[in-house]
Amino acid sequence: MGKYNVTIGLEMHCEVSETKSKVFSSARNEYTDVANSNIRPYDMGFPGVLPVVNKEAVKMSLMMSEILNCRQPEYMYFERKNYYYPDMPKNYQITQNPPEDCVGMGGYIDIQREDGSTFRVDIDNIHLEEDAARMTHLYDTSIIDYNRAAVPLLELVTGPCIHSAEDAVAFLEYIRAIYQYCGISEADSKKGQIRCDVNVSISDDDTLGTKVEMKNVNSFGGVYGAIQYEIKRQSELKDAGRYDEVEQETRRWDEESGTTIRMRSKVDAEDYKYFVEPNIPKYKISKEWLEEIRKSIPELPYERKSKYMDKYGLSDYDAGILIKDINTAKYFERCLELGVDAKMAANWITGNILGYVYKYETAIQDIYVTPERLEVILSAMDKGDISSKQAKELFFMVLERCEEPKDIMKSEGMQQISDEGALSKIIIEILDNNTKQIEDYKNGKTNMFDYFVGQVMKMTKGQANPVKVKEILTDELSKR
Amino acid sequence: MKYMGLSITEIHEKLKKGEVTSDELVKEALELSHQVQEKCNAFVTILDDVKGGEVTDELLSGIPFGVKDNYSTKGILTTGSSNTLKDYVPFFDATAYANLVAKGAIAVNKTAMDEFGLGGTGTTAHTGVQRNPWDLKRMCSGSSSGSAAAVASGVYPYALGSDTGDSIRKPAGFCGIVGYKPTYGMISRYGLFPFASSLDHCGVLTRYVRDAAIVVDAMKGIDKNDMTSWDSSHIHLNDDLNDNVKGKKLFYIKELCDLENYPDASQELREHLENFQATLKKCEELGMSVEGVSVDINLIRAIPSIYQVISCAEATSNLSNLTGLIFGPRGDGENFMEMMKDHRTKGFSPLIKRRLVIGSYVLQTENQERYFKNAQRARRLIVDTMKDLFKKYDAYISPVGSGPAKLIDGSKEMLKDDTIALEDQLQIGNFGGFPSITIPNGFVSNLPVGINITGNCYDDQNVLNIAYALEGSMDYKGQIAKEVK
Repeated sequence: MGKYNVTIGLEMHCEVSETKSKVFSSARNEYTDVANSNIRPYDMGFPGVLPVVNKEAVKMSLMMSEILNCRQPEYMYFERKNYYYPDMPKNYQITQNPPEDCVGMGGYIDIQREDGSTFRVDIDNIHLEEDAARMTHLYDTSIIDYNRAAVPLLELVTGPCIHSAEDAVAFLEYIRAIYQYCGISEADSKKGQIRCDVNVSISDDDTLGTKVEMKNVNSFGGVYGAIQYEIKRQSELKDAGRYDEVEQETRRWDEESGTTIRMRSKVDAEDYKYFVEPNIPKYKISKEWLEEIRKSIPELPYERKSKYMDKYGLSDYDAGILIKDINTAKYFERCLELGVDAKMAANWITGNILGYVYKYETAIQDIYVTPERLEVILSAMDKGDISSKQAKELFFMVLERCEEPKDIMKSEGMQQISDEGALSKIIIEILDNNTKQIEDYKNGKTNMFDYFVGQVMKMTKGQANPVKVKEILTDELSKR
Repeated sequence: MKYMGLSITEIHEKLKKGEVTSDELVKEALELSHQVQEKCNAFVTILDDVKGGEVTDELLSGIPFGVKDNYSTKGILTTGSSNTLKDYVPFFDATAYANLVAKGAIAVNKTAMDEFGLGGTGTTAHTGVQRNPWDLKRMCSGSSSGSAAAVASGVYPYALGSDTGDSIRKPAGFCGIVGYKPTYGMISRYGLFPFASSLDHCGVLTRYVRDAAIVVDAMKGIDKNDMTSWDSSHIHLNDDLNDNVKGKKLFYIKELCDLENYPDASQELREHLENFQATLKKCEELGMSVEGVSVDINLIRAIPSIYQVISCAEATSNLSNLTGLIFGPRGDGENFMEMMKDHRTKGFSPLIKRRLVIGSYVLQTENQERYFKNAQRARRLIVDTMKDLFKKYDAYISPVGSGPAKLIDGSKEMLKDDTIALEDQLQIGNFGGFPSITIPNGFVSNLPVGINITGNCYDDQNVLNIAYALEGSMDYKGQIAKEVK
């Protein structure tokens, strides 16, 4: 591995989740567990139904097209892709068919790596289509949930221009962030809102090798794994002089085994018999509308990252983590609104909070420690009511017990002892009982100082204010 | 037959005066339905339990009508005359039908048709052949065969039709009645079973031009469920109907209508074209001018092929929702592919299967450029030619078909090559979405024949006015079929 040129192309399908209704039907566009509850006759392909284009979905698509520096079409129209499958009850999908006109053609976007370097990804096209129903195959039967049928779906196709699994994932993460920042989609792969097709080929010269496609990879981790596996598989065959066994085919990423499995040869590819959808009249996309959409593009993730670095002095790394998911950025900004110090908030989010979120596979917007509760904990620490060690303990207790931080502080007797009289009393008592150690200290064993601090902490169960303890100790020791 | 043979305005007046009730009308229409069913096999469903309705100032209120069986009717069996939907009861209404019901119109039956409209004979319905009420040995032609037979028999003043090639206007001609399809998009297609979406039109079969105006006034309107529908609220076809057509300029196509182009013309074709010329004289007597124009013969001859390619292509896709998985009878099989295949193999008639195979063939990547794309280009050429002519002329006038209705038994006889274009030229109206109306203009071999007026898009009023004036100048207005043998 490593000696071949790797070329990767991606197709990223993202459901547009933030329109009120579906792309060609008036059914609600809302993710729900109650199967077949958001459906209209169109979604099940009953005879006589007609598509009606959702203008909001077109607007969002054009916004995405603009962000990706694509060319927008002069006229909007759709095409039929004809194939038989029960998840597509009409047995044709209304979509767009690049290189015929679609919402976005021929763009690019620059992506930042974690090490601060950047690379450019060519966008072949982005097109708007309707999603299929969700089909689940059980042992001897299949069930279909039409809630997803006709949900707007944006398919983004890159050129063959990515050269590592890391870059592929960095690209996908950034595009996901854009979808979230623009209010186009939750882009939640747990809800199946993001699906990727991955094309991988290797070569030992400038030409492109045989392209192998992995379909329906449902997580970025899967994309990473599928690419790494394919590079290894293809490289090993090439090393062994058996590159002719690498076939232009479609494979499937198998999460459990961490391998890709052959599905079908590209030679058997179906003829989709595309033609222009006759029930949707072509309509002109005005320059004014495009300009209006361009003006409404909100602050994008990298802009926000620069702001975090310039305005709040955050590191490239921390800012990069904060902007990756809009909910993380929102959490951070809410903390700032509540008066939490920016660096303090960034440290807590990138450390304790996201650590917890990843460990328990939850979402930052769902955890019990909201920015408001975090602020209570951090301000108690700031005021010296609790120590930083206590703050961390308190944070996890709040998460586990789902109780207010104030209540836990009270019930656990979590208070930092800063009262000088009380601390002096304890320190004097300790010094009185450790005359030998004082002698050692006086004779130059300066690390004895820490021993005394430790004794104080032990006596106070960690509640003593360490700064105060050090002050009083210095003072008391000088008297002896 | 007491009232159902009258015009809509006549019946409305009698209802308002209390001479007859809506209940009585419905009863009469149902009795007639059963008689016509026995003779012509015109219906898929007769709604025996229907009662009359309230009579208001709406002209259509309380008056019975028929609905072609490809209009979705909520709670009422709607089959498209196909075994694939033989038990299908829609849970939503077609917009055009709902608009009529909202005005108080009373549907009394669902009329048989060529399966899903893919036929021009009225012989492919899953319930059997529709027979022409003028001569039961003859076809009505199609696809709105049941509607044509019923209206011509005087079951009610009007029945809904749909028209993808000439499916309203041709059976109207062969049954001696009026058939009108307005400009594409004037009537919403929501809920109409699709055949070829870019060619499909809703419309109506009546016995009077005025009735056609009244019914389309009620059916039309922009519909949020059909993006191809447009706002026609400024158009009042009935209110603005008048027979002042002096100075209107008509044209006919010489290549189609001049007898000299048919050296082997049959007696019927000869009579039909001579009758056409006689009608042109009537036009001139009404103060209109008529000119024969020449159109590239290759373009004219291409019409049937263009229609075949485009309509079959769109039909292949439109009918692919018929799988028996969600609605329609479930097919047998080990998996869904086998089940779909079984459903379609058993459900479709051989004629539809042939057309679906053609449609699939012309859409294949390797054939699409040669067939489908070229057909679309040729369609555009024809539409542009017509639009150019409409700059100079108010309307296009043509004979309907190449003679009277064909024998059912003779259906296997091939048309002579040189009359195919004449038989199919009404498809021009679908290519361009033009408003187009057929009215009766006489008899050949004791059987009715028709004439067609077609105008430019959105020029429906003009087309109707010409037809209205011409209707008034001839003796076939409101005629009801009398069996000739």
